[in-house]
Amino acid sequence: MADKTELQYTAEHEWVLVEGTTATVGITEYAADKLGDVVFVDLPAVGSTVASGAIVGEIESTKSVGELFAPVNGTVLEANQAVVNTPELVNSDPFGEGWLIKVTFESLPALLTFDEYSALVAE
Amino acid sequence: MSEENDPSTEERLSPLHSVHVKAGASFTDFAGWQMPVSYGSDLAEHHAVRTAAGLFDLSHMGEIFVVGPEAAQALDYALAGKISATAVGQAKYSLLLSRSGGIVDDLVTYRTGEDRFVVVANASNREAVAAELLERTSPFECDVFDASDDIALIAIQGPKALEILSQVDTVQIDGLADMKYYWSAPGNFGERGEHELLVARTGYTGEDGFEIYVAPDAAIALWDAIIETGAGSGLVPAGLASRDTLRLEAGMPLYGHELGLDTFPVQAGLGRVVNLKKEGDFVGREAVEVGPPADARVLVGLTTEGRRAGRADYSVFASQSTDDDPIGTITSGALSPTLGYPVAMAYVETSVSAVGTTLYIDVRGTRVPATVVSLPFYKRESR
Repeated sequence: MADKTELQYTAEHEWVLVEGTTATVGITEYAADKLGDVVFVDLPAVGSTVASGAIVGEIESTKSVGELFAPVNGTVLEANQAVVNTPELVNSDPFGEGWLIKVTFESLPALLTFDEYSALVAE
Repeated sequence: MSEENDPSTEERLSPLHSVHVKAGASFTDFAGWQMPVSYGSDLAEHHAVRTAAGLFDLSHMGEIFVVGPEAAQALDYALAGKISATAVGQAKYSLLLSRSGGIVDDLVTYRTGEDRFVVVANASNREAVAAELLERTSPFECDVFDASDDIALIAIQGPKALEILSQVDTVQIDGLADMKYYWSAPGNFGERGEHELLVARTGYTGEDGFEIYVAPDAAIALWDAIIETGAGSGLVPAGLASRDTLRLEAGMPLYGHELGLDTFPVQAGLGRVVNLKKEGDFVGREAVEVGPPADARVLVGLTTEGRRAGRADYSVFASQSTDDDPIGTITSGALSPTLGYPVAMAYVETSVSAVGTTLYIDVRGTRVPATVVSLPFYKRESR
């Protein structure tokens, strides 16, 4: 599991781990708890181009549907097949095995720090 | 009614609220009440009810008493069923209709004495039901009072419900094991049996089970006693999320989704609940005898392949063509935890309502083929 304080966040309750020009993206524990048990995950195809803020996937629980937004402009490098096959990983390990996509990007938009995101969900 | 006493303007808490907090529940607003949505995993709670048992807090439901020598006749006039035909101890599912034949609420009426009835209403309709009952029964010799604030409701549901409830040593209910479906009996709870109970073999999950009415000040002790007794048998506390998927699989309507003021009973498959043979008038009779308009839609079950569920308010189409008009709308839908495929209830035009018809659900822009099936989706094996 990634160190939560080292990650960056979006207001759409996603976390972003930046390593070089690759961003690994998942949803936060807060978002996973709000959704309830995840039963279906739809992710973008590897190689597809994504635009920051665009809806690129779905995370569906028994009771509702969450959207996956691309946090950066870039190209999908990898989609986590493990969560497609075992959607409950999003609940059991949202910051680890429940990661969703890796995207290669050229520039990184402004994202929230751990403290900023924590303040957001505390509201 | 003063502002601070108006239930619609304040956030209401169940007498069991502290128990849910301690158990790690997450909460949702339901008709102004903060009720547990799940205690961690709604799926695990769902499966527990299907295979062992779950314990639900339903204290937000409304309990309205109708008492007096003419209470039975009064309810025959106020409700769609023949309540006077029930025996003491029997319960009956019924509808409170509007004069134009729409559904004000669906409710269960318990006959607890020759001239005593408890009408159990949905939380969202409690005030409307109490007001309608008061008005409709005024020509009759009976009293109506809303006792909801003085009653907590706990439901134990699942194949092990009877076994567990029988083993709670502080609960005494005569004839529990022989109690028939939709019957009830008084009981006692406590070291000295000091708390009175009303126990009914009713539920909203498609499983065997009991609903237990108890005074709020005894609710926590009763809840804890049942949880403690049942823990070794797989009993878990269960929230409203699992209750919704359980009742959906069982094809049971939920007010505000499948039922409403613009729905005639027959559209919802509840024609049998309206007793047109009973003598005398009842509210909504004339409208129901005329029936809904010829183009009124009817409730059907839909199943789809894959994992993407059609959900409430999604449109249903007769073809895959993108320029046709919808012929129906989904009222409830989810990936069925028990069956493993998506199920939904929908109102569709009668011309496409036959079992086996292929329809198409617009799942966020994609037309997903669906098959009309008969309800319920899930039926427990008879034991």
